[in-house]
Amino acid sequence: MIKIVKRDQPSRAIFFFTPVLAIFLTLVAGGLIFFILGFKPFEALKFFFIVPIADKYGFSELLLKATPLCLIAIGLSFCFKSNNWNIGAEGQLTFGAIVSGGVALLFYEQEGFYILPIVILAGAIGGMLYASIPAILKTYFNTNEILVSLMLVYVSKLILDYLVVGPWSNPEGFNFPETRQFSDSAKLPILFEGLRIHAGIFLALAAVVISWFVFYKTYLGFQMKVSGFSLKTARYAGYKGKKMIILVFLISGACAGLAGVGEITGPIGQLHREISPDYGFTAIIVAFLGRLHPVGIIFASLVVAITYLGAETAQIFMQIPKYTGQVFQGMILFFLLASDYLLFFKIKFIGSKK
Amino acid sequence: MIIDINFIGLIIASIMASAVPLILASCGELITERSGVLNLGVEGMMIIGAISGFALMTVTGSLIIAVFGAMLAGVLISTIFAFLTQTLITNHVATGLALTIFGIGISAMIGKNFVGIPGKEFPVFFEGLKDTIPLLGPILFGHSIVFYFAFALPFVTSYFLKKTKIGLIVRAVGDSPESASNQGINVKLVRYACILYGGAMSGLAGAYLSMIYTPQWIENMTGGRGWIALALVVFSTWNPIKILIGAMIFGGLTIIQFHMQAIGVRIPVQFLTALPYIVTIIVLVVISRDSRKIRLSTPSSLGKSFHKDN
Repeated sequence: MIKIVKRDQPSRAIFFFTPVLAIFLTLVAGGLIFFILGFKPFEALKFFFIVPIADKYGFSELLLKATPLCLIAIGLSFCFKSNNWNIGAEGQLTFGAIVSGGVALLFYEQEGFYILPIVILAGAIGGMLYASIPAILKTYFNTNEILVSLMLVYVSKLILDYLVVGPWSNPEGFNFPETRQFSDSAKLPILFEGLRIHAGIFLALAAVVISWFVFYKTYLGFQMKVSGFSLKTARYAGYKGKKMIILVFLISGACAGLAGVGEITGPIGQLHREISPDYGFTAIIVAFLGRLHPVGIIFASLVVAITYLGAETAQIFMQIPKYTGQVFQGMILFFLLASDYLLFFKIKFIGSKK
Repeated sequence: MIIDINFIGLIIASIMASAVPLILASCGELITERSGVLNLGVEGMMIIGAISGFALMTVTGSLIIAVFGAMLAGVLISTIFAFLTQTLITNHVATGLALTIFGIGISAMIGKNFVGIPGKEFPVFFEGLKDTIPLLGPILFGHSIVFYFAFALPFVTSYFLKKTKIGLIVRAVGDSPESASNQGINVKLVRYACILYGGAMSGLAGAYLSMIYTPQWIENMTGGRGWIALALVVFSTWNPIKILIGAMIFGGLTIIQFHMQAIGVRIPVQFLTALPYIVTIIVLVVISRDSRKIRLSTPSSLGKSFHKDN
């Protein structure tokens, strides 16, 4: 007999164990899907999760993909911890990239040490501006932030499209939908010769450290935690709810904007139509998988980044459709949410004897 | 300039046609939300419906199997959501997002083999009557069965919620699951049923897109309609008849793009494409500003998990 018993308190050990369980279950289910599609499951999983990161280049690509995921997820964890559902990070990333790209284009024929900091700052400000829209509408007009932030994703991509096709398109670019190349001073330096990993990774690491400090060492972190548990308690304690909503949105917008800066001033060096393979949405999964904990988010961003690389490798070597990556991402979140059941409930196996 | 009155009729008919998927998905989601469940996976269920319908039509050649298959696919995928949120008591928002991400991935995976295949002609009714009445002819006649179903659905939904016993139970479960449960109603069962129904309607909305509206499979072809459908439910303040109005406004915005371009209005095409999304935001702001009204019409337990300790 199996009996399900409610735990008196959510289990702390299980809290950190379930992400691992979720990844394991995703692998099992993924193998099953590969089998149904007619591939050898173990070979497919190998191409998906091991081959892409087996060499130096692959590892650099992994870090390259994990950087924006980590950065955005850190920002989102501020929102999610305090019960604010910002799901439009993709739009904030895009708008940050637009603003920083615009600034970089202003300096396109100039060199100078001051250019890069301005470009980076512009990206953060762009992301913040864009995130402030759902935040202000939520606080002053009671508007649902989920729908507003999501609608703005579509709008931002159309703005980008308009700019790279129209006014910002490269005059010598034969009508390709892209801007001029930024000058070298506006590009994030590459860390190792021959690899694509760039200095953007330090932005992500800085975000990890700062967020850890804010979450666990400041009064603001404590306020966020309380608001996350119960808005009523937060109100009773006299916290300024509106200010906090706007603040967490600005932080998360800044992080997404910085991720956008990394995408355009890193390996690409120009604005074009598709600057992000939905990093903003995938980062939502990363934030949850990392348990909204800065260190957890580092690990989660590496795991989820593999699904991007694996999808590409599996497509090249086994003709497995590249969308399998997204399927894996969805499954990870499903399994994670499902295994959270174990946080609150114990499964007891009861023998025939009492 | 003389404008042909039948041309106006045709424009209105095309606006109605583009409103169909929004009406279907919104009415489905409205029932789900009325039972207290917020399913953000509409976009995912819709796209699954779109590919399932198109794939089944191509493989089996039967339109009936395809339409019902798409609804069944919507039901199946929403079962995952129902199981997670109701049985395993997961967070509605996160689970819905996972459903959308998963659905878009799965649909693209299945759809890989169906890109570029032409669709089939879907039968329409009363084609011959189109020219008999000026203006109203093109509006009333020459549409598919799904079209007529969609425009009847808000009225049926309204009747169901207001006048039938099951409708009352659904509302009771959404407004006060505790008292409903005390009355002997199986809250989880009702919510399961409402979620699956929402899945079926989203699936049908998707099938309409890939089989009737633009009969072909294009990746990501729902293009955010699932999210607009969600916004429409808020816009309607959970009243099915108002969904009809909202869907017509958004259908109109979609159609206006084409006509503006056709008459050569010099507005960047991206701005016109962005219009429905921007208007959605503006409409949400206007509707939600009155927080008292929203609080009164929102199902009280919307998005909150219900678990009965035994």
